[in-house]
Amino acid sequence: MKELDLATLVAVFEEMLGWTLWPIVAACAVATLAFLYVVLRDRGVVAGRMLRAELLGVLGGVAAVAVMFVVTNSSPADLGGPIDWLLVVGIFAAGLVGTVIASYAAMGLFARAPERAGAALRERALGA
Amino acid sequence: MRTMAGGLGRRGLMAGAAAIAALGASGAAAEHPVRTRAKIVIVGAGAAGLAAASRLAQRLDGAEITLLDRRREHLYQPGFTLVAAGLKAPGYTVSATRDYVPRGATLIEEAAAEIDPVGRSVTTESGRRVPYDFLIVATGLALDYAAIEGMDVNRIGRDGLGSVYAGPEQAAATWRAMSDFADRGGTALFLRPATEMKCAGAPLKYAFITDDVLRRRGNRGRAELVYNAHNRALFSVPIVAEKVRMLYQERGIRVNHDHVLRAIDPGRRIATFRTPGGDVEQRYDFINVVPPMRAPQVVRNSPLPWQSGPFAADGWAEVDRHTLRHVRFPEVFCVGDVAGVPKGKTAASVKWQVPVAVDHLIATIQGRQSSERYNGYTSCPLITRIGRAMLVEFDYNDNLVPSFPGVIAPLEELWITWIMKEVGLKPTYLAMLRGRA
Repeated sequence: MKELDLATLVAVFEEMLGWTLWPIVAACAVATLAFLYVVLRDRGVVAGRMLRAELLGVLGGVAAVAVMFVVTNSSPADLGGPIDWLLVVGIFAAGLVGTVIASYAAMGLFARAPERAGAALRERALGA
Repeated sequence: MRTMAGGLGRRGLMAGAAAIAALGASGAAAEHPVRTRAKIVIVGAGAAGLAAASRLAQRLDGAEITLLDRRREHLYQPGFTLVAAGLKAPGYTVSATRDYVPRGATLIEEAAAEIDPVGRSVTTESGRRVPYDFLIVATGLALDYAAIEGMDVNRIGRDGLGSVYAGPEQAAATWRAMSDFADRGGTALFLRPATEMKCAGAPLKYAFITDDVLRRRGNRGRAELVYNAHNRALFSVPIVAEKVRMLYQERGIRVNHDHVLRAIDPGRRIATFRTPGGDVEQRYDFINVVPPMRAPQVVRNSPLPWQSGPFAADGWAEVDRHTLRHVRFPEVFCVGDVAGVPKGKTAASVKWQVPVAVDHLIATIQGRQSSERYNGYTSCPLITRIGRAMLVEFDYNDNLVPSFPGVIAPLEELWITWIMKEVGLKPTYLAMLRGRA
């Protein structure tokens, strides 16, 4: 392999995902920004909400691995070496982190204002 | 939304990165375009022709780039195996040639009828003469089904007759014939021609896939699989040949050596093989015919083929193996399947040959020497069952040249390699056509 630059990767992903590539990238960016906004607004992470997000994250990780198997006409029985297991862990982690960030942000954005204030206050009290 | 986006993005990233490795990656040239009025004709708008046109269009300013090809559909040939495995529809491999023609290049939808490297011109089938300063011959190759006595391409898909190479519809018809066989059992024959061929791993893969489909249907015990190798080896790279031998033994695929398909009787389902001990007839319930392959007639009838040696008989173009420049006509380059060089006739070969040939061509325009060299690199995601493959990468010297040494082992059956083949390879290939990978 001669070189693996960003432009080549972008070109390949444009071919792979077509017009959906940039909306997907935008959605990732929006979800990440929304997560940061919610954390800054609440001046910290709300433990209960994060717990719910993490539980959803586990489901997201499992779903990501399952989708990968379906899309590639394969099954867990096809995992053949350490790199395959690492790839599965990577796919699971990507699904988990993505779901946690998105669901935490969504729960934070749609939480009622008193609930938000109460949660933040409880957090600070617990922290103190 | 984030789940989908994050998950797909990361998964795709891994598949994409690995597939780029398989095809070999290099970024698009970033330097300033070279100003020139050169007339460059490219015969053939397949993988090699389109990739060359895209690279030239990126690197030259003012050149007259003309592509010649009659066929309007572009075929993603590495996908034929997936079609013949029942995993993809024929349309997966078909797109329009015009969609990949770069801005600044002209496509003439005619076949080349004559190449005159002395007079520096190409004549099309309608008699139009197209002069050139530089010529890139990227005609691909010709499938010589007529060389097999009794073979009828129209019967592919019936009477247990399969042939993955003939085209997308024939690959799908081969799947139907193989699937019928997998339901019933019997004897399946696999083979390869004695000529040079594109993707020499493909016939091996199809035996593996047939074995897998039989096992999934619980019918492996009712079937005998036989691979008839044309010589003493299963693959031209000894270390790979040995690995395949071990896997075939493990899967119960019987191997005959020095068997070359000479004739076929589709009605009676009998194939006749030429062997050192004389002709041998074998009955089959399913057969995957791989025809002899030769340079297209327009090249064979030109002064471009080798004059002697192993590449002469089938008319492969006589080029320097490291520069792809023709040895007698320095303004002619031959890339892709038609090039008379050892080893792979694959998309990965194209990926590595084209930038080298293009750099030498541009160096000539600029009056400089190019130091780019093609070392014979090619790669083959050798499917060993649906869901696993071995990433086999090698060079002219039969060396394994893994892109990820210590990470993706070349002779290990891996899921990640399968994912590369199924998800990553096509977008990487298409990016290559556009000169972006």
